Amino acid sequence: MKLVVTDLAADRGSGPIFEAITFALQDGEGLLVTGPNGAGKSTLIRAIAGLLRPSAGTAEIEGATEDWPDVPSASHYLGPINAMKPALTVFENLSFWQTFCGRPALGVDEALERIGLEHTRDLPFSYLSTGQRRRVSIAKLLISHRPVWLLDEPTSGLDAASELHFAELVREHMETGGIVAAATHLPIRVEGMKELKFGGVAA
Amino acid sequence: MTALILRDIRLGLRAGGGMLIGILFFLAVIAVVPFGVGPDLNLLGRIGPAILWIGALLASLLGLDRLFQADREDGSLDILILQGHEHPLALTVFAKCVAHWLTTGLPLVIVSPALGLLMNMQPAAILATSATLLAGTPAITFIGATGAALAVALPRGGLLVSVMVLPFVIPVLIFGVMAAYGAVENPAPFTQPFLLMCALTLFFSVLGPFAAGAALKASSD
Amino acid sequence: MNDTTAQARFSFTALANPTRYLSYSGKILPWLGGLSALLLIVGLYMAFTAPEDYQQGITVRIMYVHVPAAWLAMMGYMVMAVSALGTLIWRHPLADVSIKAAAPIGAAFTFLALATGSLWGKPMWGTWWVWDARLTSMFVLFLMYLGVIALQRAMDDPVKAARPVAILVLIGTVNIPIIKFSVDWWNTLHQPAAVFRMDGPTIDPSLLWPLLIMAVGFTALFFFLHMVAMRTEIWRRRIASMRRASAREQRSTARPVLAE
Repeated sequence: MKLVVTDLAADRGSGPIFEAITFALQDGEGLLVTGPNGAGKSTLIRAIAGLLRPSAGTAEIEGATEDWPDVPSASHYLGPINAMKPALTVFENLSFWQTFCGRPALGVDEALERIGLEHTRDLPFSYLSTGQRRRVSIAKLLISHRPVWLLDEPTSGLDAASELHFAELVREHMETGGIVAAATHLPIRVEGMKELKFGGVAA
Repeated sequence: MTALILRDIRLGLRAGGGMLIGILFFLAVIAVVPFGVGPDLNLLGRIGPAILWIGALLASLLGLDRLFQADREDGSLDILILQGHEHPLALTVFAKCVAHWLTTGLPLVIVSPALGLLMNMQPAAILATSATLLAGTPAITFIGATGAALAVALPRGGLLVSVMVLPFVIPVLIFGVMAAYGAVENPAPFTQPFLLMCALTLFFSVLGPFAAGAALKASSD
Repeated sequence: MNDTTAQARFSFTALANPTRYLSYSGKILPWLGGLSALLLIVGLYMAFTAPEDYQQGITVRIMYVHVPAAWLAMMGYMVMAVSALGTLIWRHPLADVSIKAAAPIGAAFTFLALATGSLWGKPMWGTWWVWDARLTSMFVLFLMYLGVIALQRAMDDPVKAARPVAILVLIGTVNIPIIKFSVDWWNTLHQPAAVFRMDGPTIDPSLLWPLLIMAVGFTALFFFLHMVAMRTEIWRRRIASMRRASAREQRSTARPVLAE
């Protein structure tokens, strides 16, 4: 499988945000999108995920199968907000996403153990601290199988230890043949990731 | 799909008590009418079905704007949209509408007979009004879903949703009230307007989710 | 109404501390429950052996539930109003717990009064409901109880909810004298007060005694339920804060494991 982005451009009324982005990611490859605030990193991730209609260009899966016909179906999108309901418990939140997204990978309890939050299983999500909430959101990547991870500022709110731990999860995903594209201003310490640098935004 | 319905029902029951507020609003609307038109029991009994319908209509419009907004605010909406391969978006919207109706519409239908007594309505009229509400209020939710989806990105979409949706629910109101009167007043028929209203509900249960799905996809830009 | 204020002040001063409240109320609780059960049994027995009304027949017995329920509906609101003062003036945590505990109980008694009144009204007036001043103001009281409950439920944090709820309760107190005097101020279908009036009760002692016993029994029941609900609420808040703490505490022990 190969994630191919050709000539992608996005536009937001006032003018182009980025233009002519072209890259391809093979199985087991990763890409870091870096750059200052407002450079269009999040927009690029959203455009690849198919949440935002690009003004030109395409993002496709080469060698698409019946299981993963297009990018949205093959991707996990980890947005800047956690997509969890504060009134439900951690377990209820995660098991809902597992049932809804399908293709279960790790069990919810196993995933919680991986991120070191098994003691919060039956607590309402609203009781958790900012970093803990982000880690639960990261656990969502583990409970359903998707070959492509599209991450938007995945480590925001995490402390140094959890950040390292997260880099470990990303490396594991790449080692098992997964593809990762992450927009971040704090580089994730994973070796062998390509880097796409966004310059300052043109005024 | 069942998981989504169950989650939304659980949220509706657990957080904030939107259900209670809807019922309370319905009660308040009904309680205000006798002050406006005077406590004449015969008059109240005659206008009762119409008042119950208008009250239920306003109460079900009340919570509509939260249908997708809560999901958008916490980022869930993006994920729901992206699962289009597993669950077509229209089906997702349909499931959310079902859960929304079960937690806000159905309670209104359940309390409506008690309010019918307050309006001094005859038993037949109460039964007919509750039956028409049961079959008609889902249509309000399905049409409202489209309005809610269009206004999802707006910070103060609440009133806008009501204003946008109101013209489309008028036919439902007309046939619902007509059927309720048909059950009590002799020359007027009950079955035709009731069946027409059911047809409207079925029609909107298909059209609403598709339109709402398209609107949601556009809103994620 | 005198016992209401006495009870409320009692809980403000002597039982200021929630822990002490839990231990005292635990001792009083069985006695209060027993007293209310005893009074209600005696009262119901007397109510069914009291003479029937020559006009109303057996339906007059509804009175023995209807009238005390209506009194309690108003008294419950007064308990909430006094507690609201406690929240706003002394900022007492128990006062807020008291409002939260009283609201559903008061709403239940109001509903009981409305429902029994409706059952009584059908044979007497020929209709389930009329929109006269007494009934309407009772219905408004029911809505206000539900409004208080809705406002409490709308806010996650009970500490933040306390003051807005107290203000809402105090505003609603205006309705209580309106309910009480509605039968005197307006010409209504509902009969005027027969027990609490300046020139003494106008009701025959054979009917008055069971009514009073039922009223005291209902009052005891109210405070029994109120106390149980307050204890539940205190425990609920303690459990909530312990669960919050449990999310934090173990995080610090989990950190070194992650850092290795």
